[in-house]
Amino acid sequence: MDVLAFYAFAAIAVLASLLVIGQGNPMHSVMLLIVSFGALAGLYVLLDAPFTAVTQIIVYAGAIMVLFLFVVMLLNVPREEPAPAGVATLLGPTGMRIGAVLSLLLAGEMLWALGRVGLGWLNQGAAASSVSSVRAIGSGIFTDHAFAFEATSVLILVAMLGAVVLARREHS
Amino acid sequence: MSWLPSPEIIARLVLIFVVFNCLVLSAAFMVWMERKVCAYIQDRSGPNRVGFEGVLQPFADVIKLLFKEQLKPKAADTALFAIAPIVSTAAAFAAFSVVPFGTEVNPFGLLDRPIPLEITDVNVAVLVIFAITSMGIYGIVLAGWSSNSKYSLLGGLRSSAQMISYELSYGLAMAAVIMMAGSLSLREIVMNQSGTWFGFIPRWYIFLQPIGFFIYLTAGVAETNRAPFDFPEAEQELVAGYHTEYSSMSFAMFFLAEYVNMVTVSAVATSLYLGGWLGPILPDWLAWIWFLLKVFLILFFYVWMRWTLPRYRYDQLMEFGWKWLLPLAVLNLFVTAALVLWVG
Repeated sequence: MDVLAFYAFAAIAVLASLLVIGQGNPMHSVMLLIVSFGALAGLYVLLDAPFTAVTQIIVYAGAIMVLFLFVVMLLNVPREEPAPAGVATLLGPTGMRIGAVLSLLLAGEMLWALGRVGLGWLNQGAAASSVSSVRAIGSGIFTDHAFAFEATSVLILVAMLGAVVLARREHS
Repeated sequence: MSWLPSPEIIARLVLIFVVFNCLVLSAAFMVWMERKVCAYIQDRSGPNRVGFEGVLQPFADVIKLLFKEQLKPKAADTALFAIAPIVSTAAAFAAFSVVPFGTEVNPFGLLDRPIPLEITDVNVAVLVIFAITSMGIYGIVLAGWSSNSKYSLLGGLRSSAQMISYELSYGLAMAAVIMMAGSLSLREIVMNQSGTWFGFIPRWYIFLQPIGFFIYLTAGVAETNRAPFDFPEAEQELVAGYHTEYSSMSFAMFFLAEYVNMVTVSAVATSLYLGGWLGPILPDWLAWIWFLLKVFLILFFYVWMRWTLPRYRYDQLMEFGWKWLLPLAVLNLFVTAALVLWVG
């Protein structure tokens, strides 16, 4: 049963993610991304981490995607600019080539990392269940991982400030 | 008889069936109550032809809507236009699945062990409700965008801005209760409110969290797009807002979603602040009557408010949400945290 659910959620997540980049209409891309996030939340539930699943829905599928949707609606872009005709996608303009190289690098890195770690951790079911307790997550974040937590929040703040500074119009 | 599913599974399926239909009926009842209360407030009689005092009016409305033609604007986005009302309604119904409405019962002793009166008890129930509510926004936003009409688009935009703004205060008000109860499960939160002070004041969180209750109710009104915060469908400015282009049953589904959302917000308020199904006199297996009574009171308050207060201006709504309600909610959370820490 669990295995079936896992494959269903995984298939939905992968399929939706693939369709996200294949859509001409940004609105459809956003909706498919939400579907993909929902499927990921389902996978978290299967991993006995309901808190993570619900946070995934609230933060990613809820808050962040609503902002995406908001921007897409305000800009009201009906279609994305189509790629110039007669150019194979991967060998297209420079930007696309860099993207292809980067994604290949990422795939290589992932393979390397997974190879190093091995698959032994897959059977450590007991350790994973401790993640399900909200109390454990809370005390973990504010004691053991306090530095990483605070550093991340500063990082996000810097990104936010950067966006404001870049987008701001100079007043003389 | 081994091919039959176990009695517990049958009981749960029956429970789901009953809850689903009760929600649909409660939406119909709310439509009737709204029209009746509105009529009396405005010194009219309201619907009084179909059935006793017009109680069958909502059913007549539904039959009328069923036979209407389903229209779609020519330039609308077909897929999203069709999905939008489904998303709204599905989210509205799904949110109720984690609300407990009674103690454990064993109907006629048919079961091996009693089942609790709720669809499912999740240990992060409060967050699940929050998550599903935030999914419900998409129905309205999509309806606004896919209709390809300026009224719908503005209605959808307003609605998403309003819901994002008030969701923060809504969540912070809930967080204060969660801290006091030390649990995210609605059943445990209700059980924490059992007993009395001095023998007659029930230990409900409304007495410990009066400000939180006020914030929750206000934000709840904004979340369900009800007057005086019903900007997504402000008639004078936007015709009908996000559902301007909808007709027939897809139009009815938006209204179904709105009323079911109201019931859910009231049911959660009852569980968080008014002690859920807890109450004197009634035996345990009838405790859900208390729950219904309390939910009904809050719903009546909603209707009463709609026909009493005029609509705010949009900038007033935003100012109130960000400059008053949110700081108040944060302050409430801090004071609660300090008190829980020191007093225990």
